[in-house]
Amino acid sequence: MKGNEAIAHAAIRCGCDGYFGYPITPQSEVLETLAAEKPWETTGMVVLQAESEVASINMVYGGAASGKRVMTSSSSPGVSLMQEGISYLAGAELPCLIVNVSRGGPGLGTIQPSQADYFQTVKGGGHGDYRLITLAPASVQEMADFVDLAFELAFRYRNPAMILSDGAIGQMMEKVVLPPFKPRRTEEELAKECPWATTGRIGMRKPNIITSLALVSEEMERVNLRLQAKYKVIQEKEVRYEEYMTDDAEYLIVAFGSAARISKKVISIAREQGIKVGLLRPITLWPFPSKRIAELGKKVKGILSLEINAGQMVEDIRLAVECKVPVKWYGRLGGIIPEPEEVVEEIRKMTL
Amino acid sequence: MTKEEIMQPENIVYRKPELLNDVPMHYCPGCSHGVVHKLVAEVIAEMGMTDKTIAISPVGCAVFAYKYIDVDWQEAAHGRAPALASAVKRLWPDRLVFTYQGDGDLACIGTGETIHALNRGENITIIFINNAIYGMTGGQMAPTTLLGMKTVTCPYGRVPELHGYPLKMADIAVGLQGTCYVTRQSVHSVAAIMKAKKAIRKAFEYSMQGKGSNLVEIVSTCNTNWRMSPDKANKWMEENMFPFYPLGDLKDNG
Amino acid sequence: MAKMKGATLVDIERCKGCGLCVVACPLNVLALTTKNVNQKGYNYAETVLEDTCTGCTSCAVVCPDGCITVYRKKEE
Repeated sequence: MKGNEAIAHAAIRCGCDGYFGYPITPQSEVLETLAAEKPWETTGMVVLQAESEVASINMVYGGAASGKRVMTSSSSPGVSLMQEGISYLAGAELPCLIVNVSRGGPGLGTIQPSQADYFQTVKGGGHGDYRLITLAPASVQEMADFVDLAFELAFRYRNPAMILSDGAIGQMMEKVVLPPFKPRRTEEELAKECPWATTGRIGMRKPNIITSLALVSEEMERVNLRLQAKYKVIQEKEVRYEEYMTDDAEYLIVAFGSAARISKKVISIAREQGIKVGLLRPITLWPFPSKRIAELGKKVKGILSLEINAGQMVEDIRLAVECKVPVKWYGRLGGIIPEPEEVVEEIRKMTL
Repeated sequence: MTKEEIMQPENIVYRKPELLNDVPMHYCPGCSHGVVHKLVAEVIAEMGMTDKTIAISPVGCAVFAYKYIDVDWQEAAHGRAPALASAVKRLWPDRLVFTYQGDGDLACIGTGETIHALNRGENITIIFINNAIYGMTGGQMAPTTLLGMKTVTCPYGRVPELHGYPLKMADIAVGLQGTCYVTRQSVHSVAAIMKAKKAIRKAFEYSMQGKGSNLVEIVSTCNTNWRMSPDKANKWMEENMFPFYPLGDLKDNG
Repeated sequence: MAKMKGATLVDIERCKGCGLCVVACPLNVLALTTKNVNQKGYNYAETVLEDTCTGCTSCAVVCPDGCITVYRKKEE
């Protein structure tokens, strides 16, 4: 099935309580699949087509604030519209899932795949000091697998999580093993897992309040310090990445998502030509696998950041290796996916 | 009979509603918000819904409503309260879900969310405080500011050529198929307050009966930014606001 | 008909001196202080015609801050 369809099926199967979204290419299949599957008749999952991405993300805020497993999906321009809501979600420490099947920008851009939302996602597209747990799938299987993982991480840390995919993986068809069925939580389970949630004052407990507002500076600083402490724990515990042929690599490609798929082809061509290339694929874009990249940076002669954008992640790689090894960028823009041959050529240049 | 004999607990005929806690409200002296807060607190308790209410506060003067009424609250981004409420009610169908919003929040930045939530027939209530001005930010022109009315961003009076016309949100809501109950009330007198309370109760009940969306507009004063005493503001409202925003039920499909 | 006797108790520290209760009282039972202020500096509402109050609750109903408790007892 398509990557977008895998997201929808995985959501139904992992106990998701609600989906709120607005159509946008190239991810509309998520909402379309959910509408066709009618999960409200089986698991009781709510599916609602909102009037805008702004409404969608705020519906997610409402649902998340009441402790439910809720999600939305969109593509780049729609995710731009959601940034205010994402900042509020992060500020109010609400767990939820946002899927970005990104496309080329800026502006209305193109409907073709792109990775140009890297900065927006990992550097905070909205206002304030916040971080999004970001998972970057490189296959339809991972589209399916990361839905539950994203929810698990989001609830563990009370933080919004994003799946940053792209139009290629969203539209691509591959075989996929759907995750095992997991029932939605009961009201009791929810109240136990989320004692902070605004569910109504069950058992006449004290009122719960979900807000990101703290007018007194000292109080707001405390909120921020708490967030930063949480982010530090996430950075220590939740870094995920895949390595491919790095053992003997003299050159390293760092690439995520679609670009990582191309990289494997690049590596096989380059190795045929006698250039020992390996791949580090960040699975979590935030937290970023800086430590591992720094370690590999000590062993290789050069690093190529392959991105389907104008060079964004390359900055984080340079920070990771502290410029101790040359770090180059290569990529294509406007929705064009680089051909393996042109990437091999870039690596060849690095060897000269 | 001595004062002490009268002031016995069994003789209490009115007191601050139990759900309205002791936190001093930040509203200006004489602000209509306080009265509406009392009514909301009374109705929730009288309906026995204290443990089943999820309320949404806006951005504006009522942003801190969550500090005063002892139910679960979510504080929304500016204008988005009806989107939050839509999701919450769908996810928790047996809960009493309402938003509490001002004219800037509901009729300007959140017009889209308001109209679509009402039109979808979400089983929620929107309580809409319309005082024709932005209170929190210091008295700027609102979408509901009357023609000729002076604010700090229309200091020479609102004129349609420059500022467009005041927006009658309740009248728009009437035409939406999803709305069950649309009413315009006020809290400037004892009689008006009693009627407003009944309207809030009716709206809450309709929402719990799954009859659709409900809009309770409360035409209110902002004596501070109108630059009047609370009493004069009430009189000014009667003379100037009521002719343009007439009180009464506009739609009752319950 | 038995005559009703009423009494009001104003939470002085909660009162903001808006004066709406003074206007609402049909019998001029309440007035704002002219000399005394509460901790926040407001001239608060106080009972000036104690025997006149019938406990009609108008003052308390219009009070935006819920400062007034009203008692009412039938005169024997």
